[in-house]
Amino acid sequence: MAGTAVRGRLTWQVATVETVRDETASVRTIGLAVPDWAGHTAGQHLDVRLTAEDGYSAERSYSIASAPGEPVAITVERLDDGEVSPYLTEELRSGDEIEIRGPIGGYFIWTGDDAATPLLLVAGGSGVVPFRSIIRHRHNLGSDVSVRLLYSARSLPDVIYQAELDDADDGVAVIYTLTRHQPPGWAGHTGRVDRRLLAEAAWPAQRDPLTFVCGPTPFVEAVASGLVELGYPAGLIKTERFGGTEAP
Amino acid sequence: MNPISRGFHGRRHETAADTARVPPGQHVTSDFPVLSAGPTPHTALPDWTFSLRQAGTDLRTWTWPELLALPAEEVTVDIHCVTRWSKLDTRWKAVSIDTLLADIAHQATFALAFCDGGYTTNMPLADLTAGQAWVAYSYDDQPLPPEHGGPARLLVPHLYFWKSAKWVRGLDLLAADEPGFWERYGYHNYGDPWREQRYAGD
Repeated sequence: MAGTAVRGRLTWQVATVETVRDETASVRTIGLAVPDWAGHTAGQHLDVRLTAEDGYSAERSYSIASAPGEPVAITVERLDDGEVSPYLTEELRSGDEIEIRGPIGGYFIWTGDDAATPLLLVAGGSGVVPFRSIIRHRHNLGSDVSVRLLYSARSLPDVIYQAELDDADDGVAVIYTLTRHQPPGWAGHTGRVDRRLLAEAAWPAQRDPLTFVCGPTPFVEAVASGLVELGYPAGLIKTERFGGTEAP
Repeated sequence: MNPISRGFHGRRHETAADTARVPPGQHVTSDFPVLSAGPTPHTALPDWTFSLRQAGTDLRTWTWPELLALPAEEVTVDIHCVTRWSKLDTRWKAVSIDTLLADIAHQATFALAFCDGGYTTNMPLADLTAGQAWVAYSYDDQPLPPEHGGPARLLVPHLYFWKSAKWVRGLDLLAADEPGFWERYGYHNYGDPWREQRYAGD
């Protein structure tokens, strides 16, 4: 699939909002009916275009939250100073139409073809979205690839997809670290993902895991550098960063 | 006209003067977002070189002190990332590609930039010359930080910013075009922001 993930010209098309589901206080999953969707690979994203009555339009990219073969869904975090995300998370409702085009991206993807290579997924905040697609895809394939998801969130109520992740298949280990607030009696990890936590929670480098890191830029920088220090080959670490892409 | 998004008004951060400088589908940011496909490489300056190559042969190589000794320009340009942010009036200190190519005999019409970490990106050589492209090593009067491509990155501001390769280590001068990293993963081969050439087929 790599290299051919964008097939022909990607045209804008009208998608209808079928479902909206609040994941956390600031995060919403939007299920879309897309009449002419070519199918996507886990890890890809799509572009959204909104147009105001006077013709002004704004475009943003969002990771696809659903697995290949499932109806297209995106999960959007509201950025209080953003232009598009407040609309998507607060105004948009079932039956509305938005323009999208995609799928986009042929690098930060997991096809499930390689059953022997374990996966390490490291998410900061809403960086977990493409990993939901990967984990659901693994389930739908009946794959037994070993997966570790290391997920850094501010607090337990900020964890996106918590019920689904807690119910993940055997073979998918979900390891949380809560950076700001922990519930009483929290026995899990606390604080930011650092080299010590990576050494404990990540696969040993000798297993040559395929690694995906997604989150805000400082998070991705710290995690990717930490993994390289632990002996992970830089070429097996795929990164995707966000932050600062909404106008302040 | 595009279909209307019910209840969407937009925020319109840009002034009218900015609007003329912002390509379609872009919005202005005052941040400097970082986008990279993998970990940030760290090459020690004593080990750093910049090379012009052709057919596997080094035509010319500069060490870090040699690059800094070349005539440099203060460049102020607008940059446009394919992920839709544009940043206006970015200030760089940089060596023009024209300066690097001045004494080089070649018949190339294309170039493939190569970088630490294995990243590559391609463009016609004509887009790298005539005062349109540089090797930049300073941003806002400071050494270029590693996450933004330091010690040195390519600066080709008239194309989408993925063409301005971070951690650049040289150019392969080519007789025929050869797609680089993102160009092989579905992004546009040329990448003109004013024609919104984001993805293959645009």
